[in-house]
Amino acid sequence: MTASGHDIEATLDEVYRREVGRCTATLIRVLGDVDLAEDAVADAFAVAAQRWPHTGIPPNPGAWITTTARNQAIDRLRRESRRPSLEVAATKLDDAHDHAPTTLTETSGAEVLDTVADDQLRLIFLCCHPALHPDAQVALTLRLLGGLTTDEIADAFLVPSSTMGQRISRAKSKIRDTRPAYRIPPPERLEERLEPVLATVYLIYTTAHAAGPRDGRHRDLAAESIRLGRLLAELLPDEAEVAGLLALMLLTEARAATRVDDRGQLVLLADQDRRRWNRDLIDEGHHIVRACLALNQPGPYQVQAAIAAVHADAPTADATDWGQIVDLYDLLLALRPSAVVAINRAVAILEHAGPPAAIAALDIIDPPHSHRWHAVRAEALRRDGRIVEARHALVTAVGTTTNTTEREHLERELSRLA
Amino acid sequence: MPQYLLSVFYEDDVEPPPPERMQQIMNDVAAHQQEMHDAGVWVFYGALTDASSATVVRADQQTVSMTDGPYAEAKEQIGGFTVIDVPDLDTALEWARKGAAACTWPVEVRPFLPA
Repeated sequence: MTASGHDIEATLDEVYRREVGRCTATLIRVLGDVDLAEDAVADAFAVAAQRWPHTGIPPNPGAWITTTARNQAIDRLRRESRRPSLEVAATKLDDAHDHAPTTLTETSGAEVLDTVADDQLRLIFLCCHPALHPDAQVALTLRLLGGLTTDEIADAFLVPSSTMGQRISRAKSKIRDTRPAYRIPPPERLEERLEPVLATVYLIYTTAHAAGPRDGRHRDLAAESIRLGRLLAELLPDEAEVAGLLALMLLTEARAATRVDDRGQLVLLADQDRRRWNRDLIDEGHHIVRACLALNQPGPYQVQAAIAAVHADAPTADATDWGQIVDLYDLLLALRPSAVVAINRAVAILEHAGPPAAIAALDIIDPPHSHRWHAVRAEALRRDGRIVEARHALVTAVGTTTNTTEREHLERELSRLA
Repeated sequence: MPQYLLSVFYEDDVEPPPPERMQQIMNDVAAHQQEMHDAGVWVFYGALTDASSATVVRADQQTVSMTDGPYAEAKEQIGGFTVIDVPDLDTALEWARKGAAACTWPVEVRPFLPA
């Protein structure tokens, strides 16, 4: 098999995206060390970049990478280690795989190091361990499961690369020092341990979504969060909230192309071109939401997915079943009370019951108020004909937002009110 | 196996619970200690007198000084601690959550360096 350099490069890229998390997860289990596993996997991809142009792509690239990474780890341990304990570890590894491939293209049959699907689940529970800071959970997940570089992660979360580097190395030190278990949590702790996992995946998605489609890296981030969502749903098929999160991301992603216009300006849900919504993603999301209902374990992600499904169902903005959306927000507010949910509920009330009811719903939310609270209140006031108050509220909203796309949108609204 | 220090913190400006509640807490803590014994993870336990009873000793080559009161000028002070010997952090955290429920104060979990 011969392939052009460009093909090989594209394939390597694709193999990296698809396999890096799986390989790292398995190597952490085999080596018992995060840094060692990461280095070994990086080494293996470097070897692949050297060899594959000559040998062609192996039939099972992931297994090839994993096996090569293990061999690289043995070499690295032998080369670098003066410490007897690590030398022992290297010897044990070698003994366990007496028939390790002697040439790097030989990666078939029993000699391949098993990658267990559960390894990725172990790894995501490790990355999102409650003993780690939430910021570190997100960073480690993107780094170890998504194979993103520190710079890429820093970029996505708008923090300096050095800060992100410290965050990641601190989290790794804590893992090394405290020795968390590398296993799937027992059933009685699964729900509790899933919470930070789902929060992390959703945060990766919303970060990508908030940035809008102007930035290729953020699109990658959205794809990565959906990949993780699918992986979790596949490995934990009985967890309704896992399915709910996947459905929520798919139904939101279905609208991604219409959320920002050609000039990069935010387009409200009501003004989006619904014919350009992605029907495949909507159908898949709907299917999952229905399957969730059958499991009968209501949770916040499922309710948010159901809300997104009601929007996706409406052929026009006017045809939206706002009554049902208000009911779902009532449920969501009971499950997970927060100012953000209360504001979104007020938006639904504005559409369903009109400005006075919406203003009343906003005014029972405790300060301090976000830019969104002011923006929604401005819209309710405007529709109620209270233009001066609406202007005031919008000015406050513009002054408190930190998101450029959103500020531009609010400034346009403000100029329309003049 | 790795050992972990479970430290119980109390706040010195918080009113202690009434005697009958205190008795309940003591019973719960004793039961938790017994459970760790029975599970074979228990290494050491000690409850401490009030932090105000502490004395800090500083020594360099020439001089030794002693000061009254705890080293950390914080309202949160260690009230007691347990050392356990368990396979991993998650097991240590499981014992800590039982301990925190028994004693009603926060429990800090910290691994010892490997011997």
